[in-house]
Amino acid sequence: MPIIVDYDAGNVRSVQRACEYVGMKAEISADPDVVARADRVIFPGVGSAASAVDTLQDRGLDEALHTFHQSGRPLLGICLGLQILLQHTEEGDKPCLGMVEGACERFDFADRSFKVPHIGWNEVAFTREHPMLSQLKSGDEFYFVHSYYAKPRHEENNLGTTTYGDRTFCSVIGKENLFATQFHLEKSGKLGLKLLEAFKNWSPSC
Amino acid sequence: MLSKRIIACLDVRDGKLAKSVKFVDTKDIGDPVSKAREYYEDGLDELVFYDITASSDARNIMLDVVKQVANEVYIPFSVGGGIRTVDDANKLLWAGAEKINVNSAAVLRPELIAECAHAIGDQNTVLSMDIKQVEMSRDFPSGYEVVINGGRKPMGIDALEWALRGEELGAGELVVNSIDADGTREGYEINLTRMIAEAVSIPVIASGGAGKPEHLLEVLTEGKADAALVASMVHFGDYTVSGLKQWLHDQGVKVRLRY
Repeated sequence: MPIIVDYDAGNVRSVQRACEYVGMKAEISADPDVVARADRVIFPGVGSAASAVDTLQDRGLDEALHTFHQSGRPLLGICLGLQILLQHTEEGDKPCLGMVEGACERFDFADRSFKVPHIGWNEVAFTREHPMLSQLKSGDEFYFVHSYYAKPRHEENNLGTTTYGDRTFCSVIGKENLFATQFHLEKSGKLGLKLLEAFKNWSPSC
Repeated sequence: MLSKRIIACLDVRDGKLAKSVKFVDTKDIGDPVSKAREYYEDGLDELVFYDITASSDARNIMLDVVKQVANEVYIPFSVGGGIRTVDDANKLLWAGAEKINVNSAAVLRPELIAECAHAIGDQNTVLSMDIKQVEMSRDFPSGYEVVINGGRKPMGIDALEWALRGEELGAGELVVNSIDADGTREGYEINLTRMIAEAVSIPVIASGGAGKPEHLLEVLTEGKADAALVASMVHFGDYTVSGLKQWLHDQGVKVRLRY
């Protein structure tokens, strides 16, 4: 059974509804044993990274996610769920899960007409081939809401980029059995649902 | 590059879609769930539902509408109208709304904005402001005043001051609704929208007065709005969402065309 990780970081029910729409029956759980043993894990999230990491630790979900990650089964991170996969975030100067090398930084524009958070629909340029991306084209737009962005250390983990203001940042991360998007695929209309459907069928080993 | 958003506003009364002209004389124009689905299929970027139900015991009808919409529409949508407490906001979020809009209750008790921002996140807390033009004076340096109760009650608060206060309290976005322009279909209040958009560092959604595609172009360029709210012009079938977006694209405005 696919599991959506519940760590009080927002929109688990929106994600569950979108899963159901693409024919993936997923359960919401905060139980580390359930997460560690799941077939697939969806790791969503909105809000503050610092308090989210604290909640993960309090519930033992950080260890559960590591155990799950090492199993090689597919893991999908969404928004804050992408940021926490990296080693560190500037938000509250917080160490994160470290499954992907790199860190998150805050948008900081000299030109105040570029507002923070980055809210709205923006394009993704896909930079590498990946089985999750076969139904999408560079230039497709997705819905973003975030003030921090990921800087993965290794270019091969960066599957897609988005430009906001004078910054081009990594909006899709892929590494072995991890796939993560900075945008909310559950709120990105039909193209977002296609990505969720691809996750339903993704076998990272193949 | 970030696209400008087209947001459809659906006024809902007793579970039915209504459209007001200057906030009085509302009339039913259909089922909000099927309208939401129609606009979603046609490439709408976001939805706002405004619950104008008069009696509080009919609020559960709105929660049902929200649940049905959330099962069919996978773009962001917010709900406003009658939100007085964090509990009201949470109920709507649990039913499936992405964001909540606070308005009159926040003017009467500004801490509501901070409470919602803390409980559900800044990015999910939208401050909706109803604004009327007044004589520029010491009390109203911007020349605009905040009003509540659907435009009937002036509050003696300067509109620009309130926008900045709302941002400081944690609102993640602002809806700037001109009561003078609302329902007229004669164009958005450009000066008001630009003044607020230039002063705050959160996104501004222009509202009230859209009647022609040119009005959207004007408010998204000259008015510096991040998003434009439309209602009558699409509800009555004069324009389609996809048609409006294609036209804006042809005029050089960045909008989302592939969906």
